[in-house]
Amino acid sequence: MTFANMLNITSSPALSILIWIVLFLLALYFARRPFHQVIMSFSKIIRNALRLSAASVLSAEKRLALRNREVLMAAGLENAERKVEREFDRIAAAVTRDLEGYPNVHRQLSEVIVKLDEDYTSSADVPPSLPNWMPIIESIAKIEHSGDSMVANMLAEINRSLTEQNKKAIEDYRNSTAARHGILNKMMPFWRKVQRSLDSITGSIDNIKNRAKTVDRSMNEYEKIRAGSDAAARALSTSALTQFAIAGLVLLIAIGGAIINFNLIALPMSEMVGGASYIGPFKTSDVAGLVIILVELTMGLFLMESLRITRLFPIIGAMDDKMRHRMIIITFTLLAILAGVESALAFMRDRIAHDMEMLRQTLAGAEQMGLPPSIIPTVGQMVLGFILPFALAFVAIPLEMFVTSSRTVLGAGAAWLLRMFAFLLRLLGNIGFYLGRFIVNVYDLAIFPAIWLEGIIMATKSKKVDLPESAAPEDSHLVEEAADSYDETIQIKEQQE
Amino acid sequence: MKKLFALAIVVCILMAGCTDIKSRSTGVYMLLDTSGTYAVELNKAQKILNYLLGVLAPGDTLAVARIDTGSFSEKDIISKVTFDERPSVANNQKRAFMQQVESFVTTVQGSPYTDISGGILQAIEYLNEAESGKKYILIFSDLKEELAKGYKRDIPFQLPEYHVIALNVTKLRGDNIDPKEYLARVEDWRSKVENGGGEWGMINDLERLDNIFAN
Repeated sequence: MTFANMLNITSSPALSILIWIVLFLLALYFARRPFHQVIMSFSKIIRNALRLSAASVLSAEKRLALRNREVLMAAGLENAERKVEREFDRIAAAVTRDLEGYPNVHRQLSEVIVKLDEDYTSSADVPPSLPNWMPIIESIAKIEHSGDSMVANMLAEINRSLTEQNKKAIEDYRNSTAARHGILNKMMPFWRKVQRSLDSITGSIDNIKNRAKTVDRSMNEYEKIRAGSDAAARALSTSALTQFAIAGLVLLIAIGGAIINFNLIALPMSEMVGGASYIGPFKTSDVAGLVIILVELTMGLFLMESLRITRLFPIIGAMDDKMRHRMIIITFTLLAILAGVESALAFMRDRIAHDMEMLRQTLAGAEQMGLPPSIIPTVGQMVLGFILPFALAFVAIPLEMFVTSSRTVLGAGAAWLLRMFAFLLRLLGNIGFYLGRFIVNVYDLAIFPAIWLEGIIMATKSKKVDLPESAAPEDSHLVEEAADSYDETIQIKEQQE
Repeated sequence: MKKLFALAIVVCILMAGCTDIKSRSTGVYMLLDTSGTYAVELNKAQKILNYLLGVLAPGDTLAVARIDTGSFSEKDIISKVTFDERPSVANNQKRAFMQQVESFVTTVQGSPYTDISGGILQAIEYLNEAESGKKYILIFSDLKEELAKGYKRDIPFQLPEYHVIALNVTKLRGDNIDPKEYLARVEDWRSKVENGGGEWGMINDLERLDNIFAN
C-alpha cells in the first residue's frame, strides 16, 4: 500500500490521515505495556551486565592494588634492609678502623702512664738537704783567738771551706730542683698525648653512636614498612614515582650519550666489517657498532654488580669476595680494552671523514683548503671515545632504579586504568538504563492522547467503583531507581556468582 | 646445552644468510654520446660523473661507456668499477675513476653515427651481470639515433627494475623549427623504455641531479 492509497481510504485526505493517526495511536497504546517491558528489560540487561563487568574490573583493580602494595612493601623492605646493612657495614668498618688500633692505643697509654709515673716519682725525689753546718760555723766563728796567726789562719781556712761547702750544697740543691722542674716540663707532651688519644677514642665512639642512630632510624622505617602502614606505603609510592622520573631522565641522557658514541664508531666500523653488507634492514657496520656499545653497557652492568652497587643479578652479588674481585678486574679490563678500541675507532673516523672531505672537494673541482687539518678535533674525538664507555658503565645505576620503580609505576598506572574502565562501564550501564526510561517516556509522550483518555476513563471508573489504590494499574508510571553504589554493585556480583 | 648450541648455530646461519650486499647496491651505467654534434657537451658529462662518484657508496657499481657507431660492445666501456666495501679503498677507486674519465674527455674523438640502442643493450647486459639491487641507465645524449648502414637495432628492450634517465637532451636545430620533432623523439624513447618494463625519466637541468636517485 502506497502513501497515496493510504490517503484515499476516505474521500477526504485529512480525514484519512486522522483515521490513520487514531489507528496508529490505538496500536501504540495497546502495544504500550509490552513495549515498556521490552525496553526496560533491555535497559536492565545492559545496566546489570555492565555493572557486573564494572564490579569484576573493580575486583581486579583491588587485587592489583593489593599486589602493588605487596610489591611496594617488599621493595621498601629490601631497600631498608640494604640501608641497614650498609650502615652495619660502615659501623663494622669504623669499629675495625678505630677499635682495631685500640690495643695499640692502650699500650701507648700504658707506656705514657708508666713514664708519667716514673717522672712523677723522679720529681718527687727530695733535693739534697743542706748540711747542718750553720751551728758549727757559728760555733767556730764564736771561738776567740788570741791573735795567734796560726789559729787565725786555721779558723779562716775552716770558715772558707765551710762557706765553699755551703755554696756547693746550695748549688746542688738548685740543680736538683731545676732537674725536677725539667722532668715536670717533659711530662707535658705526654699529658697532651694522653689527651689526644682519649679525644680520638671519644671521636670514634661518637661516630659509632651516630651510626647507631642512623641504624635506629632505618630500623624504625623498616618496622613501619613491616607493619604495612598506609603512611609507609604512601612514602614508598612517592619515592618510587620520584625515582622513576629521575631514573628516566638519566636514562634519556645516557641514550643521548650512546647515540653520540654510536656515531663515533659506526663509520670506522664500515672500514672493518664493510660498508655495503646488511643484516636484515640494517647495515652490518651499524649493527657491529651497536653490539660494541651494548657489550660495553653489559660490562658496565657486571662491573657495578660486582662492586655491589646494583643488584640486578643476585647471583653476582652472592659470589664470594675472591670471585667478585676477579670479576671486577676482568670486567674493568674488558671495559678499558673496549674504551681503547673506541678511541682508536674515533681516530680512524676522523681520518676517513677527512679523506671523504678531500675527495668531495676534488670532485667538486674546488681548490684544497689552505689550512692544515687541526689536531684538536681528532684528540677530542679520541678522548670522547675513551671516556664514553666508562660513563655508560654507570647507566647500570639508573637502570636498576628505573626497573625497580617501573613495577610500582606501571602497577599504579594499570590500577588507575582499571578504575577508569570500571567507571566507564558503570557510566555506560547507567546511560543504558536511563536511555530506556527516556525511550519509554518519549513513547508515552507520543501517545499522550490515549493515555489522557485512559486517565479520564479510569477516573470515572474509580468514582463509580472506588477501587483500592493497590489495585490501580501501575504501568502508566515507570519508576526504576538505579542502584548505583559500589556496595550494591558488589552485591549484584555476589548474587550473580 | 645441546639445544642452546643448535639455536646458536641456527642464529649464525640466519645472520649469515641475511648478510646481503648485492640486492641493496646501486648499479649505474652511463652512456656518453660522442657523435660530432654532441661531443662538445662532454664537459657537462664529467660534472655529472663527479656527482655520481660523490653519491655512490661502497658496494655500488659504476660504468661509463661511449655511444658511437656500434655501441653494443665491451670495447666502448671507458671505465667500470664496483666500489670496495671499505670506504678508504672506495675513495681511492673513485679518484682513479675520475682520472680515467678526465683522460677520456680530453682525448675523445667524435663518431659519425649514434647507436643509442646498442649502448642500452650493452648496459642491460653489464648491469644484469653486476646483479645490483637498483639499476640505472643514464643516457647523456640528444637522443637522436643515427645507425650506420647494416646495423639492426629493432630488438625490444628487457628493462624490468631499470630506471632509464636521459640527461641533457639538447634541442637540435630542426627541433627549434619544429618542436614536434623533439617531443616525438623523447616520446619514442619513453615508449621504448616503458614497453620494456622500465621507468623513464629526463633531467635537463643539471642543477637537479639529485632527482636521478629520487625514485
